[in-house]
Amino acid sequence: MTEVRHDVRLRVNGVERSAAAPARRLLSDFLRHDLRLTGTHVGCEHGVCGACTVLVDGRPMRSCLLFAVSVDGAEITTVEGCRSGDGGLGPVQQAFLECHGLQCGFCTPGFITTITAYLAEHPDPTEEEAREAIGGNLCRCTGYVNIVASVLRAAELIRSGGRPA
Amino acid sequence: MTTKLFGEPIPRREDPRLVSGAGRYLDDLGPDALAVAFVRSPHAHARIIDIDVTDALDVDGLVAIYTYEDLAGRVAEPLPVLIPHPALHAPRTAHPLANGVVRHVGEAVAMVVATDRYVAEDVCDRIRVGYRPLPAVVGIDAACAATHRVHEDVPDNTAARLVQEVGDAPAAIAAAPYRLELELEIERSASMPMEGRGVYARWDAADRSLRVYSSTQTSTSLRFALATKLELPVDRVEVVTPDVGGGFGVKIVHPWPEEVLVPWAAIRLGRELRWTEDRREHFVASAHERGQRHRVRVGFDADGRLRGLDVTFWHDNGAYTPYGIIVPVITATQLLGPYRPGAYRVEFASLYTNTVQVTPYRGAGRPQGVYAMERTMDAIAQQLGIDRATVRERNFIQPEQMPYDHGMIFQDGRPLIYDSGDYPAAMAMLKELVGWDDFAAYRERARAAGRRVGIGLACYVEGTGVGPYEGAHVRVETTGQVVVATGLTSQGQGHETVFAQVAADALGVPIDDVTVVTGDTRRFKYAVGTFASRAAVMSGSAVALAAGKVRDKAVRIAAEALEADPGDLEIVDGAVQVKGDPAARIALGTVAALANPLRYSFDAQTALATQFAKAARVDRPPVADDDEPGLEATDYYSPIRSTFAYGMHAAIVETDPETADIRVLRYCVVHDCGNLINPRIVAGQVHGGVAQGIGGALYERLAYDRDGQLLNASFMDFLMPYASEVPAIEIAHLQTPSPLNPLGVKGAGEAGVIPGSAVLASAIEDAEGFRISRMPISPSELWELRQRHATGASPADRDPADRDPVDREGS
Repeated sequence: MTEVRHDVRLRVNGVERSAAAPARRLLSDFLRHDLRLTGTHVGCEHGVCGACTVLVDGRPMRSCLLFAVSVDGAEITTVEGCRSGDGGLGPVQQAFLECHGLQCGFCTPGFITTITAYLAEHPDPTEEEAREAIGGNLCRCTGYVNIVASVLRAAELIRSGGRPA
Repeated sequence: MTTKLFGEPIPRREDPRLVSGAGRYLDDLGPDALAVAFVRSPHAHARIIDIDVTDALDVDGLVAIYTYEDLAGRVAEPLPVLIPHPALHAPRTAHPLANGVVRHVGEAVAMVVATDRYVAEDVCDRIRVGYRPLPAVVGIDAACAATHRVHEDVPDNTAARLVQEVGDAPAAIAAAPYRLELELEIERSASMPMEGRGVYARWDAADRSLRVYSSTQTSTSLRFALATKLELPVDRVEVVTPDVGGGFGVKIVHPWPEEVLVPWAAIRLGRELRWTEDRREHFVASAHERGQRHRVRVGFDADGRLRGLDVTFWHDNGAYTPYGIIVPVITATQLLGPYRPGAYRVEFASLYTNTVQVTPYRGAGRPQGVYAMERTMDAIAQQLGIDRATVRERNFIQPEQMPYDHGMIFQDGRPLIYDSGDYPAAMAMLKELVGWDDFAAYRERARAAGRRVGIGLACYVEGTGVGPYEGAHVRVETTGQVVVATGLTSQGQGHETVFAQVAADALGVPIDDVTVVTGDTRRFKYAVGTFASRAAVMSGSAVALAAGKVRDKAVRIAAEALEADPGDLEIVDGAVQVKGDPAARIALGTVAALANPLRYSFDAQTALATQFAKAARVDRPPVADDDEPGLEATDYYSPIRSTFAYGMHAAIVETDPETADIRVLRYCVVHDCGNLINPRIVAGQVHGGVAQGIGGALYERLAYDRDGQLLNASFMDFLMPYASEVPAIEIAHLQTPSPLNPLGVKGAGEAGVIPGSAVLASAIEDAEGFRISRMPISPSELWELRQRHATGASPADRDPADRDPVDREGS
């Protein structure tokens, strides 16, 4: 009983990557264990917590609910790819640091990818909209207070060109 | 002067790696390790008849299958009882793999090792286990009835029974002008960190040494436990805690079955092995907490002052007691809160059921105790028609009565003596913050608009910083870099930041020169663990003490080099200098070089310490009898007893008149944990605690059916708060320093969660006008209570016997 493997090619954080994987390999496991990009975390394995959120062709998706083969050829952005152009922290990452938007950090990658995609379309959210934007991601440490603040701060950083004011 | 860092809300130093995906959590390690998965019991109680692996053997990628029969020596014995207690007369713990009987759904029956997790789970699916189901004991009523037994040799299902008494409470209550009796219940929740448990083990056969990585709250104690279990010398075992994705108590338990089995099999196979707990496993195979029923009898005078308090409670400890009876012991003592109870009697029974074992979850018995006491305070206020805040104020221990001795024994086996606090000041602050005195007008305005609102409050006192000790090692490198190592672990509390703040201040160095290592037994071998809001108090104090020793040594060596009086020296920005003469200075890195007299040099810095580099003092040895080479020191902090933080919360809720939906409009916190090392981190701890408190009060429950099946073992069904369920949290800090430790700090980790159920029950009761005595409460339960109340069946007066905690989860 040997599993058939399929070549999966993805463009991950701007780099062409490929590996052979069984059809049932989840995108989360493919990223973490085949491509060794362990920034994407798995919190529930059934699409509820949002920790594994990555951007698939720019849209936030739960990588624990996708088979790697089903997104063959896609453009993927993980938390590792949310850095700024010069390799420093990206604006959402910087905002989390400034606002104490994380504690254990396990759910953080899913928030950062989700917020990155959200702010690309909503550059100037209100506090209520910021709260709504993160409403599908679970965090057990922060009570979300400082994550909401991080969304607003990230928007500010992006509007000012990505640099701390 | 070097900027003082203690008290500064500086950003966390762990964050650059954690926000960029560069953290290293357990499942990120050992990419080439074999994967482990477990066959777990689908029955709450059953005898194992046989285990048939025939169908599993031809799965490609299978490496090994183990059952209890394969275990030998100490690995085959039951897991340890971590905290024995004289009242725990019938402790029972699991075997790493079930030995003939399973006692809860999720108990491990067989272990599978395979090339990856997918294959390992394929193998698990093909292993056929024959069970003969036995009657399941589920819920406190069934445990008390003892028609069936969880453990054959424990006929009354009672693991422990404990009574503590101060004065004659029954007599004081009988003699009191007013009396009340309440029945108060809280259901199970769980720590539920976003990262489950996990273990990764590497055996070096040539070196005969084992390295284990575990997502644990105690690496040092796990190391000793593993050395014992695996019958290895302690110095052949190292345990490393990588980044940990939350703990909240569940990861203080050790060794878990998996923590024993994964290293054991790694040694046996000579291969690297990793097991990562999945979410369903975490629900059914780790630990829960909170489930307790309390009967409170209280006697009081016409002013609402307590004369006597007599509390009996029943604690559902699940199938096993690896962590002893710490949770009910804490309830029994911390129930007292900031009050003088008059005479006090407390009795509890800790009961076995065929459910997941119960061990501390953030708050650890305090949420239940505070709920019982604060519901009682509200009931007294209602009976006498006195303001709820006033009743509390009349019973407060006053600042001038500190230290206050309750005459009881706390969870650390030491006297329950509050060290400091100003409860009246905190209450005044809370009333101001929430607008307590203006609420009646707000309620009227809301009522006029067709809205129903209520306000509640709750107070708690929290023993933090329990011993026995923590230690720290501080070393200055010849580069001037300072490395701090402490043995306890981190799960998001920002230890790399706060301990660096403490060390940088104590040494007089820029914080950028300080690195902190936690939870790695290669770096620091003696520690207790991260639990009970103890890290800042215990390791923080140890870091300050060790850094102080290093500072003294640096000054002594520099004084010789500078030919100055040590009393005239200070350390500023990483250099020892003569006060008032910054030109006469010597860098700490150079002092570190001089602290280690050398025969061999390897750079210009170390050349300064060689034997011909300077005029040697030939009248004494290069290293004095009472000295050691190197600019480093270890010290330990061991407190006489715990230090007691406290806080008061108030909440305003709105309940929908039609749907009974419950919304938290405002949540206010007054918090006193002594001096704040990093206010931003303390606020973050409070925020997270409050969210868990709200979750426990309104959403989270573990719903077992009569057969012991956990009906909601997923994030789809176990409801934790999202951002939409947590309101803005308003915090005010008081700072009453602890006199017990050098930093004047008290713990803050658990605080936020403790009064959650109490304060929200109080607010909902205020909105609705009838008693709330069971938490959590859902909209449908509130709606049902309204119907009962409307038909005259007051919820508070229900017969406790008609409530079956087993099957009340209707959703």
